[in-house]
Amino acid sequence: MSVKAPLPHDTAGLHVAGSARYIDDIPVPANCLHLAFGLSNEARGVITGADLSAVRAAPGVITVLKATDLPHENDVSAAAHDEPLLAQGEVFYHGQPIFLVVATSHLAARKAARLANITISKRPAIITIDEALSANSRFEGEALVWNNGDAETALNTAPRNVEGSIEIGGQEHFYLESQAALAQPQENGDMLINSSTQHPTEIQHKVAEALGKPMHSVRVESRRMGGGFGGKESQGNALAVACAVAASQTGQPCKMRYDRDDDMVITGKRHDFRINYRAGFTKDGKILGVEFVHYARCGWAADLSLPVADRAMLHADNAYYVPAMRIESHRLKTNTTSATAYRGFGGPQGMLGMERVMDHIAHELKLDPAELRQRNFYASQKDTGPKQRTHYNQKVTDFELHEMLERLTDTAQYAARKKAVSDWNANNDILKKGLAFSPLKFGISFTLSHLNQAGALVHIYQDGSVHLNHGGTEMGQGLNQKIAQVAASEFGLPMERIRITATDTAKVPNTSATAASSGSDLNGMAVKNACNKLKKRIIRILSNHWETTQSDVIFTDGMVQIGHHSMSFDAAARLAYESRVSLSATGFYRTPKLSWDRLKGRGRPFYYFAYGAAITEVVIDTLTGENRILRTDILHDAGTSLNPALDIGQVEGAYVQGAGWLTMEELVWDTSGRLQTHAPSTYKIPTCADRPDVFNVALWPGENRENTIYRSKAVGEPPFMLGISAFLALSDAIAACGEIYPALDAPATPERILKAVNRVRLG
Amino acid sequence: MSNIHVTTTVNGDSVEFLCDPRETLLDVLRDRLTLTGAKEGCGTGDCGACSVMLDGRLVSSCLVLGAEAEGKTIETVEGMANGEELHPLQRKIIEHAALQCGVCTPGILVAAKALLEKNPDPSESEIRFWLAGNLCRCTGYDKIIRAIQDAAAEMRGAA
Repeated sequence: MSVKAPLPHDTAGLHVAGSARYIDDIPVPANCLHLAFGLSNEARGVITGADLSAVRAAPGVITVLKATDLPHENDVSAAAHDEPLLAQGEVFYHGQPIFLVVATSHLAARKAARLANITISKRPAIITIDEALSANSRFEGEALVWNNGDAETALNTAPRNVEGSIEIGGQEHFYLESQAALAQPQENGDMLINSSTQHPTEIQHKVAEALGKPMHSVRVESRRMGGGFGGKESQGNALAVACAVAASQTGQPCKMRYDRDDDMVITGKRHDFRINYRAGFTKDGKILGVEFVHYARCGWAADLSLPVADRAMLHADNAYYVPAMRIESHRLKTNTTSATAYRGFGGPQGMLGMERVMDHIAHELKLDPAELRQRNFYASQKDTGPKQRTHYNQKVTDFELHEMLERLTDTAQYAARKKAVSDWNANNDILKKGLAFSPLKFGISFTLSHLNQAGALVHIYQDGSVHLNHGGTEMGQGLNQKIAQVAASEFGLPMERIRITATDTAKVPNTSATAASSGSDLNGMAVKNACNKLKKRIIRILSNHWETTQSDVIFTDGMVQIGHHSMSFDAAARLAYESRVSLSATGFYRTPKLSWDRLKGRGRPFYYFAYGAAITEVVIDTLTGENRILRTDILHDAGTSLNPALDIGQVEGAYVQGAGWLTMEELVWDTSGRLQTHAPSTYKIPTCADRPDVFNVALWPGENRENTIYRSKAVGEPPFMLGISAFLALSDAIAACGEIYPALDAPATPERILKAVNRVRLG
Repeated sequence: MSNIHVTTTVNGDSVEFLCDPRETLLDVLRDRLTLTGAKEGCGTGDCGACSVMLDGRLVSSCLVLGAEAEGKTIETVEGMANGEELHPLQRKIIEHAALQCGVCTPGILVAAKALLEKNPDPSESEIRFWLAGNLCRCTGYDKIIRAIQDAAAEMRGAA
C-alpha cells in the first residue's frame, strides 16, 4: 500500500533538474508588465504631499496608481477590513505601500518606485510593547481573560512561588521564494491569478472585491510555493490584488515579486511577546496554580493576531495539568509591520511561557527539570482514572508523553549525559555545557471551527489514470505526495497512475488556508471520500457485470478482484465509462466533535493533540556568548505516519527553524520604527554549519486515537516547538556559572547569553 | 544605455545574447536564456540560491554581470544530468528526500558538485562549512548532508 511508504516529494525529479516552476519561472507573454510598491519611510504620519512626476517619467514606467486610482475596494486584509492595499491619507508603519508602479521590467519598476517625493507629517509612532501599553493602543478594546479555577487563591496558599517575565522575539519567515503573483486578464473581464499563496480562496475573494466582481470571475491557481511557514497565508493578498488591478486597467498580464528587502520590510512576521508569570507549587514541584499575562505585539493591522493570541493562551499549559490558571492576553497595536501567521501560530510563544515556569521551578527546587516536568504531565492515556481537563475544559484523552519521555531519556542516555555535563562544568571555567528536555502537546484543528472543512475532486479517465485535486496547497511539506498516496491506496494503484494538479479555485471551491497543520488531515479525508464514491460506482458496475455480490470487490495491485474474477483497474474504468457511469466525484470532509467559545475560553477547540519530545545539548563560550548545539535527540508523534520520509523531514526542519527563532534570529527595529534587519546579511537563519553535530530523529510508533486519515497525525507545526529545548539548554549552561536563575530572554543571541552569564556570575 | 552583445558557453552550448550592461548574470540566465533553475533568494549574494559555475568557479550569479560572461563557460543545474540520466547528487537528493520546497536545491546541487570536484572525499565538517553559504529554510540540512556523503561515496566507487 502506498500510504506509510517513505516516498520522496512528488516533484523531487523536477526540483533537482531545476525545472519545477514557481511563479517567477512561469513563461509570460512578451507584453507582461512588472510591479513594485513605493513605500512609506515613516512609521506613522499623515501624507501631506505626493509628487510622483519623477516616478511617472522614469524609463519603462507605464502607469502609477495611488489609493484614489483604485476602482473598488482598497483592502487586502484577511478579515477586519483594516489593511488598505495603498495608504489612504495616513501611514501606519515604515514600509507601508503608498503607491504602485507599473513598468516594463521588474528593475524599472523598483528603480522608479524610489523616485517619489512623498511628504509625511510625522505623528508619534508606537513601536514597543511598553509604548503600546502606555498609549493603551490595542485590538479588541481590552484584554481577553480566561479563568479556570481560582488561581489567585491557589498562588496565595501554595507553599512555594516563583515569578518572572520573559521577552520573546518575533521571527521572519524567510521562505526562500519571496512573495509573488501573476495576473492575466481573460475574456469577459475575468482574471486568472497565479499566486504563491497558502490560501487561494482568500486571494480569489480579495481580488474579486478589488475588481468589483463576483468570485466566479476570478480563478486562482497555486502550483507550489517556495516555502510558506504561515507567511503566505494572508501576506500574498497585496501582490495578487495589485497585479489584478493593474492587469484590469492595462489589459496586459502583470507580475509582481518582492525583492528580499521589500519582502522583509513590508510583510508580517511572528508576533513578539512578553509573558509575565507567577506560579505556586508544592515543595515536590507539583504545580497548584499559574497566572500568565501575555503581551502580544500585533503591529498596525489586526490580520490574524486575534486567533494567534488565542492559540498562545490555548498552549499556556503545554503538557502539564494545572489545577488553577488565569491568563490575561493583551493584543497590542503598534506602528510596525502587521504580525501574522507563523508555524505554530502563537502556540510556541504560549508554550515557551510554561516551559519557562517549569525551568524556573526546577531551578528553585534544585530538581531535575525532566523529572519535574513528568510530575506535572497530564495523566497517561493508559491511566484508568477520570480524564484530566485543560484550562479550557477539553479532556486530555490521548496523552503519550510519559511513555515518550521514558523512551527518549533512555535512547538519548539523558541521566548519564546530565552527569557528564555537570562534571564538565565543574572542571571548565570558560566553556560551559547545558542539557535540556522539552515536551510538547499541540492542539490540532483551526480554532475558528468552521474552517475545519475541505473539498476534493477526483477524476478517473477512461484509460484508468487518475487526476486528483484538493483544496490544500503545496509549500514543500509534501502534502501532494501524501494525498496521492491516499488515493493510490484507496484505488490499489501504483503511484504513477495518480497525478496531482495545481490547487485551483475552479476545481475545488471555498477552501480553507493550508495552515494549522491541517493539510493532510482535512484534504486526505476529502480525497478518500471522493475515492470511495468512485469505488462504489465501479463496484456496482462490476458486480452487475459478473453477477456477484458487491462485498466481494477488492482494489489491489492495479487490479480489481470480484469474487473469482479479476480485471485490471484500467479495464474496469473503461467498462464503467462504456456503461455510462460518471467517473468524476467531489469529496468533502468536516472535522467532527468540535465546539468552542473563544470569549469564555471553554470547549473542545481541538480534535486531538500531537506530541513530541526533544533533548538538546549545547556548549557556550562564557567569554563571548558564542554557542553551539552539540547534539539533539527527538522523538515525535505523527500517529501512523502517512509518509515517514516526509514526516521526519518536517520534524528536522521544524526543529532547526524553532531553534533558530530562539537563538540566532533577531529582528531589530530602531526607535523610529525602521526594521534594521531586512536582509540575510543582518538577519541570520540557521545554516548548514549550525545544524546539531549529532541529530537523532525518530517517530513515535503510535496511532491517532481519533479517526483521522489512516490514523495519522498532523506534523507541520508541532515539531517547531521542539526547538524550545535548545533555548532551555542554553539557559542550563548559563545557570552553571552561578547560583541565581539566568532568566534568559529570547532570542538567546551571543550578546544576551554573555549578559546573562555576567548577571549569574555576579549573583 | 545600449545593450551589449555577449558570446558565452552555457552547459556546453555556445550561446549569444544581448543584455543591458547593468543586468546580472542571474537575470540573463532566467529572463533571456529561460534557464530558471537558478533562483533569486536575496539578490545580495547571501543565500546561494543563484549559485552557478563560471569558468570552473562557484559564484553567486546575482553578483556577476551578464556582460562578464563574455568568452567564459557557465554551468547551471540544468546541465547536471546527462540526458535522462541524473547526476549521482541529483539522484541521492531524491532518494534521501533531501528537499522540501526546492528553491535552494539547484544552488545546493551546483555547490555540492563544485565541492566534490575539488575534494571527492569531504568530511562532514567540510561539507557543512562548504554549504554554509546555501541557505535552506525547510529541511534542517541533515538529509542534504547525508545525500551528499552518499553521492560522494558512490562517485568514488565508480571512479
